Amino acid sequence: MSSKPPRRVIPIKVEPPSSLSPSERAAVLEVCARLKSLPGALLPIFHAVQNAVGYVPKDSVPLIANELNLSLAEVHGCLSFYHYFRKEPAGRHVVHLCRAEACQAVGAVELESHAKRSLGIEFHGTTRDGAITLEPVYCLGNCALGPSMMIDDELKGRVSPQRFDALMSACRPAARETS
Amino acid sequence: MSALPPGAVKVYVPRDAAARGVGADETARAILAEAQHRRIDIDLVRNGSRGLLWLEPFVEVTTLAGRVAYGPVAAHDVPSLFDADFTHGRPHPLAHGRTEELPYFKDQERLTFARVGITDPRSLADYVEHDGYRGLTAALLMEPAAIVASVTASGLRGRGGAAFPAGIKWKTVLGASAVQKYIVCNADEGDSGTFSDRMLMEGDPFVLIEGMTIAGLATGATRGYIYLRWEYPDAKIALDAAIEAAYAGHYLGENIRNSGKRFDLEVRLGGGAYICGEETSLLESLEGKRGQVRFKPPLPALQGLFGKPTVINNVITLASVPIILDRGAEYYQHFGMGRSRGTLPIQLTGNIKRGGLVEKAFGITLRELLYDYGGGSLSGRPIRAVQVGGPLGAYLPESQFDTKLDYEAFTDIKGMLGHGGIVVFDDSVDMAAQARYAMEFCAIESCGKCTPCRIGSTRGVEVIDRLMAGDDVAKQDTILRDLCETLTYGSLCALGGLTPYPVLSALNHFPEDFVKPIRARVPV
Repeated sequence: MSSKPPRRVIPIKVEPPSSLSPSERAAVLEVCARLKSLPGALLPIFHAVQNAVGYVPKDSVPLIANELNLSLAEVHGCLSFYHYFRKEPAGRHVVHLCRAEACQAVGAVELESHAKRSLGIEFHGTTRDGAITLEPVYCLGNCALGPSMMIDDELKGRVSPQRFDALMSACRPAARETS
Repeated sequence: MSALPPGAVKVYVPRDAAARGVGADETARAILAEAQHRRIDIDLVRNGSRGLLWLEPFVEVTTLAGRVAYGPVAAHDVPSLFDADFTHGRPHPLAHGRTEELPYFKDQERLTFARVGITDPRSLADYVEHDGYRGLTAALLMEPAAIVASVTASGLRGRGGAAFPAGIKWKTVLGASAVQKYIVCNADEGDSGTFSDRMLMEGDPFVLIEGMTIAGLATGATRGYIYLRWEYPDAKIALDAAIEAAYAGHYLGENIRNSGKRFDLEVRLGGGAYICGEETSLLESLEGKRGQVRFKPPLPALQGLFGKPTVINNVITLASVPIILDRGAEYYQHFGMGRSRGTLPIQLTGNIKRGGLVEKAFGITLRELLYDYGGGSLSGRPIRAVQVGGPLGAYLPESQFDTKLDYEAFTDIKGMLGHGGIVVFDDSVDMAAQARYAMEFCAIESCGKCTPCRIGSTRGVEVIDRLMAGDDVAKQDTILRDLCETLTYGSLCALGGLTPYPVLSALNHFPEDFVKPIRARVPV
């Protein structure tokens, strides 16, 4: 009797392999536990994960799918549809530069090339010092005071190339440059 | 006014994101610091914006004669304002006199925006004091069918762009039987050249909540969602605060003002997809899915959110309901022309000297808006083109500036009024580049469900590139027009269906821009 092999248990939920750090994993699980009972919970969960972790890590997808009892395809498909959710970590500040018509009419095209040139990055890129990630956005609802951009959650209007440079310097405290 | 405590002067500095974007927070801080330094007792209110955006930060002071305006007031102007004794409304180089008498403001017909810029958007008491919740009070005494009839009689049409009569939508939902119905507010204001939803949600969030609550009473819906774009974080804060206050005041929840009626409301954030402004795509997104457009029928009014009967309306549509219930359908219907009844909050944007919000009855001409209100272009150069109705709206040349703002008048010139945004371009604009951008935008934002939009937009960019390069122009012109026809008639929703508007209007009204030598171009 005692030689009988232990019973194999097939777990109902298979914990997917993951490269998430323990704190990231805890954050994702906390968000899922808090929000999964909401009707249509996926977008609120993506927002909450991005707020907590800074982006929505690839390996959070199987975890979220597991918690919500959805397929990987459903979660990945939803996540990849929306421009706002980041798949990689961002810099310390995310700058959204408006590309839409009302800003074009007052110099957004010139501002865009100035921004890319002065930061040395393209859209979706992050500066080498990790300070700034540049993203395009299609309208910030500030169309009478363009060109517009948003630094993290703060809207900025009438952004000339000079003002852009000043705002970017403010994103890079002098202390960082001493290192 | 005489009730003001002596010494405590009310000073207003907008909290609106557009005002904050040009330094309103710094101005407000400077005013507080300077007042403290000079031992002047002031009561600083962070109001919504009055909509005279070129004057932001727009500071107002309450005087016995009414509110007096100063602007644009930068933080470094503040000491000189105090030197000039602005807290008593005294003259200063930045003074404009009484706000209500400003030419830009005086002749506006502010029905939906009646309180925006006047009240404190964080204060439910202020809202109620300024005629807020009178519409709901009236609606609570009415049968649902009577509320719907009132909205129908007002002539209110959807302000999001499609201009579908709101009353008919509501009637369909009222007539549907289901255990759960929903009210969904489309606050995914993605059109370039529009910000009226944002201004309203930040400046008077309670009026939207009231409008949605009335829609709930009218149709038997007990749950509401505001689908808000992530790009409006200030509006999220304003709405969340107002919803919390409305629950605390029993204007939301399980027993609204002791009526036994229930309505619950929450805000959901979008993910930066323009297509989610399309109603069926928005519903998919709210359900936690990819924002792909649904086939219609079934109509959302019958099978909408989670398959249940759903009223889905734009912010301005819902926010126009309280005044209709308060003042009566006839009062609202009295404004406007033809089949466009009531008022439209018009947004003057882009290359315009006096950009801002103008709420007027339908029937005003583009020319009056551009020159009388807008004061011409910001650059001082001639206005060459305006785009009305967002990125899917037509580019109109000077010869069409006498068109009246009316849904049908715009359809007649192959344009659309949309959400009331007007984007102004001066004569430095390259219309071929704008046409290319319209196709590029469609390619970026297409949900991918239907082929004409998904593939046609990318092919469109390529054809315009060849056209601009002068590569067999006649042939490319034919291909582009043919492609536009396919998009117009073959697309599932307005994104693909209307992208030809900006493209063809640019091509038809500004053909000279499509044959310019390539080296003279600035790429968009």
